[in-house]
This record gives sequence, C-alpha cells and structure tokens, in this order.
Amino acid sequence: MYSYLLPCILLFSTGAYYWGASRANSIAEASGGMRSLHSLPSHYGMLTALSSALPALLLFIIWQMVEDTIVTSLVAKSLPAELLQLSANELTLVLNEVKNVAFGGFGAHNTAPAIQTAADLYLSTRSWMRNLLGMGTIFCCLVPAVIAYRSINKDLRARNLVEGTVKIFLIACSTVAILTTLGIVLSVVFEALIFFQSVNFSDFLLGLQWSPQTAMRVDQAGSSGAFGAVPVFVGTLLIALIAMAVAIPIGLLAAIYLSEYASSRMRTWAKPMLEILAGIPTVVYGFFAALTVAPLIRDFGQSLGLQVSSESALAAGLVMGIMIIPFVSSLSDDVIHAVPQSMRDGSLALGATRFETIMLVIIPAALPGIVGSILLAVSRAIGETMIVVMAAGLSANLTFNPLEAVTTVTVQIVTLLVGDQEFDSPKTLAAFALGLLLFVFTLFLNFIALRVVRRYREQYE
Amino acid sequence: MELASRTSNPAFPTMLSGDIIREADEAHAYTTGRKTVGSPFVDNPRMTCRDVEVYYGEKCAINKISIDVDCNEVLAMIGPSGCGKSTFLRCLNRMNDTVPSCRVIGEIRLDNIDIYHPSIDVVPLRARVGMVFQKPNPFPKSIYDNVAYGPRIHGLTKNKAELDEIVETSIMKAGLWNEVKDRLQEPGTGLSGGQQQRLCIARAIAVSPEVILMDEPCSALDPIATAKVEELIAELRTQFSIVIVTHAMQQAARVSQRTAYFHLGDLIEVGPTDKIFTNPKHRLTEDYITGRFG
Ligand SMILES: Nc1ncnc2c1ncn2[C@@H]1O[C@H](COP(=O)(O)OP(=O)(O)OP(=O)(O)O)[C@@H](O)[C@H]1O
Ligand SMILES: [Mg+2]
Repeated sequence: MYSYLLPCILLFSTGAYYWGASRANSIAEASGGMRSLHSLPSHYGMLTALSSALPALLLFIIWQMVEDTIVTSLVAKSLPAELLQLSANELTLVLNEVKNVAFGGFGAHNTAPAIQTAADLYLSTRSWMRNLLGMGTIFCCLVPAVIAYRSINKDLRARNLVEGTVKIFLIACSTVAILTTLGIVLSVVFEALIFFQSVNFSDFLLGLQWSPQTAMRVDQAGSSGAFGAVPVFVGTLLIALIAMAVAIPIGLLAAIYLSEYASSRMRTWAKPMLEILAGIPTVVYGFFAALTVAPLIRDFGQSLGLQVSSESALAAGLVMGIMIIPFVSSLSDDVIHAVPQSMRDGSLALGATRFETIMLVIIPAALPGIVGSILLAVSRAIGETMIVVMAAGLSANLTFNPLEAVTTVTVQIVTLLVGDQEFDSPKTLAAFALGLLLFVFTLFLNFIALRVVRRYREQYE
Repeated sequence: MELASRTSNPAFPTMLSGDIIREADEAHAYTTGRKTVGSPFVDNPRMTCRDVEVYYGEKCAINKISIDVDCNEVLAMIGPSGCGKSTFLRCLNRMNDTVPSCRVIGEIRLDNIDIYHPSIDVVPLRARVGMVFQKPNPFPKSIYDNVAYGPRIHGLTKNKAELDEIVETSIMKAGLWNEVKDRLQEPGTGLSGGQQQRLCIARAIAVSPEVILMDEPCSALDPIATAKVEELIAELRTQFSIVIVTHAMQQAARVSQRTAYFHLGDLIEVGPTDKIFTNPKHRLTEDYITGRFG
C-alpha cells in the first residue's frame, strides 16, 4: 500500500489534469469560444491537478517526518511496567532494540519476550497507521480535486492561482537552499563554540603555534596541545597566493587571447582543452606535484645553493595554480566575449589598436565578471586539500618562505578528523573552529571583492 | 568631358549636367543594367572609390561602385534595406576588417593614398576617418573619458589642460555642452539616447578626423534630438567631409549636398541632392523616392 502512494498521487493528478481541462473545454464550447474563458484550459487542468496532488503530498511528507515518533511513543506506552521505570536514556536504548528486532535486524532469536511483543506491536501499529494514511492520501487526492473541478467556470481565475502556486513552489526551493546553508553554518558555529570553551579565542586567533596533538593519558608528555591558527592560515595564504600568481596572469591572458584574437575555430577546440584541466582529479595533480614538481624545484634550488625542503609551498602552489587556470580563463573568456561588439567597433573606429581596445574598453567593461572568476578561483585555491597534503606537507611552520613545507587549514581539518576520534576533545573540535574561521575569511574576501567591483564597474547596456 | 579622362574605367558614364544627357544616360543604364547615373565624381575629392566590390564569403554585397567624396560636403546615401549602404560606409575606414568573412576589392583613396594598400596602417587611417554608429555606443566610462578616449590613445595632448580644452570644444561642437557641463564625471551610458548619440559624435570629432562616416545616426532619436544632430552636421561640414547613411529622405534632403542611391549592391544614381529629389534620372531612384519601391 505504502510504496504505491506516490505513483497513485501522480496518477490521480494526471487524471485530474485532463478532467479539469476537458471541463474547461466544454464550458468554452458552451459559452462561445475559448476567448470567453478567463484562462486557458490547461490552466484549469493544472489547477485541478494541483489541488489533487498538493494536499496529498503534504500529508505524505508530514507523515514521513512524524511516523517514527508517533509509533514509538505508542509502543513505549504499552511497554511492561518494569521497563517503563527505566531512566530516559535506557528507555531509548530499549526502544532502539525494539526497532532493531522489528526491522528484522540482528538478535532476533534470543530476545526478551517483552521486547519481542513490543516489536510486534510496533509493526502492527505502523501497518494500520499506514493503511490509514493511504486512505487519507486518497481522500486528499480526490476531494479537493472534485471541489476544484466543480468550481471551474468561465470566470475562475485559474491562471493566477496556478502561477501563484508556482511562485510559492519556487520560493520554497530557494528557501531550502538558504536554510541548508544556514544549518551548516550554525552547526559549525556550535561546535566551534564548544571548542572555544576549552581554548581561549584570542589564543586560537593569534597563537603562533599549531600542534593539536593532545595526550590520550594525563601523564603523557606534551599533553596540552597548542591551537594557534596563525601558522595554518599563513600557510593557506602563502599557497593560495602562489597559486593565484600563476593562475591569474595565465588565465586572464589566455582568456583575452581566446576571446579577442583566436579565430572561432581555434576557440571551439582550445577552450574545451583548457577546461579539461579542471576535470583532472586533484589526486592526480597531487602526485604530479609531489613526484614531479617538488623534486624539480628541490634540485633546481639546490643547484642555486638554496635550502629547499622536499615538500614545499612552491610546488603545491604552482600545481594548484595550473589546476585553477581554467576557472579564470573560461569564465573570463565568457564575460569578455559577452561585451557587445559595438564597444569594440566604437573604440576601433576611433583609431584604437586592438590591444588598446582590450585594455581600455573591454577589460573594464568585463571587470565584474573577471573579478567573479578570480574569486571563484581563490575559493578553489583556499579550499583545495589534496595537492597540499601530498606536496606541501603537514608541518605547521610559520613561514613566508615558499621553499619550506607549510600546511593549510583544509589539510589540518582533514588530519584532525580522519581516523577514530572522540568528539569532545579540543583536538577534534579545533577542526570546526578552523572551518568557521575559513568560512568567515572567504566571506570577507567576497565582501571585499564585491566592493571593488562596485567601485570600478563600468556598466554597458 | 574632362572627368571622363580621369577615370580609368571607360564603361563609366560620366556626366557634367544631368539634364543635357538625360535620355542617353537612361538608355545606357538600362542596357548595362547597373551603371551609375549622374555625377559620382568631383574635382578635388577628399576620398575616391573606384570599382569597389565587397564580398561576404561568396556573397557579393557591393558591386563595382565608383564615387568621390568631396571636401566639406555632406554626401547622403539612401536605398532600400540590405542594399549595402552600411557595408560600403564601413569600407571607407576599413571597419570591415573586423568581419572575418568580408573581402574588399578595388581602390579607395583618401587624399590620394590607397587605404587598402598593404603598407597602410589602419590605426591612423581610422583616426582620420571617424565613424558614428547607428546605435549610440558610448563606452561605459564617464562623459569626460568618453570624449578624451581618442585624444588620449593618439597622444594628441601634452597636459591635462589641453585635454580639457579638446573635450570641452568637442562636446560644444556636438551641441551637448549645456546639458552635461556639470556632470562630466558621470557615466556616458546614463545619458538619454539622443544625448548619447551626440556624445558619440563629440567622441568622433575629438580626434579631428577629416571625414566622418555616419550610419543612420538619427534612427534611434526623437525629432528634437534629430534636429540637433542635423544642425550639428551642417556645422561640421565647414571642417569635415561627412558621409551619412539615412532612411529618412527628408533628412537627406535637409542635410546633404549630394545624394547617392544604392540598390541591391549597385550604386544607381548620384547627384546634387535637390536634383535627385526633384528630378531623378533613373527609374529605380524615382520609384524609391516617390515611394513606389516595393
Ligand atoms: N557580417 C555580415 N556577414 C554576411 N553578410 C552580411 C554581413 N553584413 C551585411 N551582410 C549582407 O550584406 C548586404 C548589405 O548589408 P548592409 O548592412 O550593408 O545593408 P544596409 O544597406 O546598410 O541595410 P540597412 O538599411 O537595413 O542598414 C545584406 O544583404 C546583408 O545581409
Ligand atoms: Mg545599415
């Protein structure tokens, strides 16, 4: 019964559509042509279909959310008295066991009889409730549809009603996206707050030492752990800077070439080629960085008499820069291409060279989009983990020297959270604090960029 | 018949005065099908075009056109849509170079220099032959920067004061000064359509070109703005040569000294504007002017 409900709703509403549309058609015929109707027949059909599907779907979704709670509480009431006297936590355990047994899970052979009866009760309760739900849903399908059908007349403003519903649906969808973001942020914030109960906020923000290895036992050496985020953030910035120093010039110049100089045939194959760079898995970039670029840099540095560690920020940053070139080039190419030809003509007709036209007219007009593409690349660079793990190391050195090993925020979050962790130690919670700080940081970056764009944007129509 | 000796194309009907040879000329036009009637040539031309052909890929858009542009004259080009007026206009400052499929054959000379010669650089050429487009296309910069754009890229000024001077006189010549003098730093795209078009004219004359090409400059403007632009054209004629494409025959009659009628890639007739409008020699011209063109 239960699993048939959704197809049933679909079937009913499809039927309702044709039903409503045909009634509208016959009304139109009776009252002298399509023009006498307020809306198109398809609107009336849509209205009937919606009034059949929406209430039923709503009921169904609400039921999905509350089913377990309702059934469990009913079962809990009928448990034997000695079980009911248990503490809340133990009761939950018992109920979980009941559900395990009910869903045919493990331990079905040697369960206590009380649990077994409770499990049976759970199943039977659920099944009659689902039957009820099934009937309720069918009812919700039919009755509103019939009401809508009967109310169809030539003055019913079906179009407005349908379009209003569509609007509400769109709003609901965007709300889901916003709420999800909000939920993620809030959960990170809460965990971070717990972290800040054990580690001072200013110590975290301004501390110059990062060694999150807290001891398991109290008598272990180095039990305190240091949670200064500065080295980690400096590492992130250093690598991101190197990456941007590679990606922005190359990407932007490639975009200019592609959109202004390349023939359209060249463009159609060169652009996808560039975009392939973005499709290479970061792990592949990682071992490219670790096995090819890093040794190359080390050997080259040594031949110059420089101290280069075998894992260096430079290697990671260079490879990361190559990875994000397509983010800059492809998006910038699109926005440069979107600048109207009349701008180019206007400049060329004044005797400007192609290059002058690009620098003085095209780039300023495309600036908001270009900054947007760069921002996207920056967030990619800051969020990138795999390349850094493999090529830049894990040691949190506070250094601005690109030839040394550094670590980044994302890498630290990964190392803090991989493996078995207890979720109340500062070591684990530090990951959330780092995540929060990273989030605030990127938000800040976005804000700055938005200001820059507003300030310098040149709007063409 | 002095003019006839100047042109290398003997097939060219060259006339001094339309009325004298009207019959003969018409007969000639009908037999050859597409040879220009009237007086396409002048004594001291600023620009000369000889046997200009334009192809978009395989398609021929302009078919062996020869015409002169006089100094200090307004030459109007009229003709039905798609007959190649814009295409021909864009040949005169080589804006067609930006269209990859476009090919120009023939000879176009500016002050007796072949502008399609391989040794010619288009950049200075376009500074000498300016262009105003059908749709106003101010840059998304301030009004000041729009007008200063040309002088800046050509390094015409030594200091800010000189640049200010050029900007001011250009905007004044374009008849826009009173409207924008207090808002020179505001974006040019914020102006009304008519103001934008005059801004584009100011931008074009700021580099002191010798010829200004205008492609339906008033098609997006209301009658008042149109009147202003027309006044401006009349005034600019004292310094520049102007070639203007227009669909408004009234406008051609008001602003131009000579009018050229195009038809399907051919230059049908050229003559003094009053003659063309009162006494066209070619039947196609007459049909078009009297509105019988279908
Ligand atoms: N970029 C182009 N590629 C291919 N064909 C073109 C191109 N531009 C113009 N043409 C063709 O060349 C012919 C002349 O076009 P043109 O724009 O010069 O006409 P026009 O006389 O200016 O017309 P209108 O009065 O409508 O502006 C037309 O047939 C047109 O389709
Ligand atoms: Mg045109």
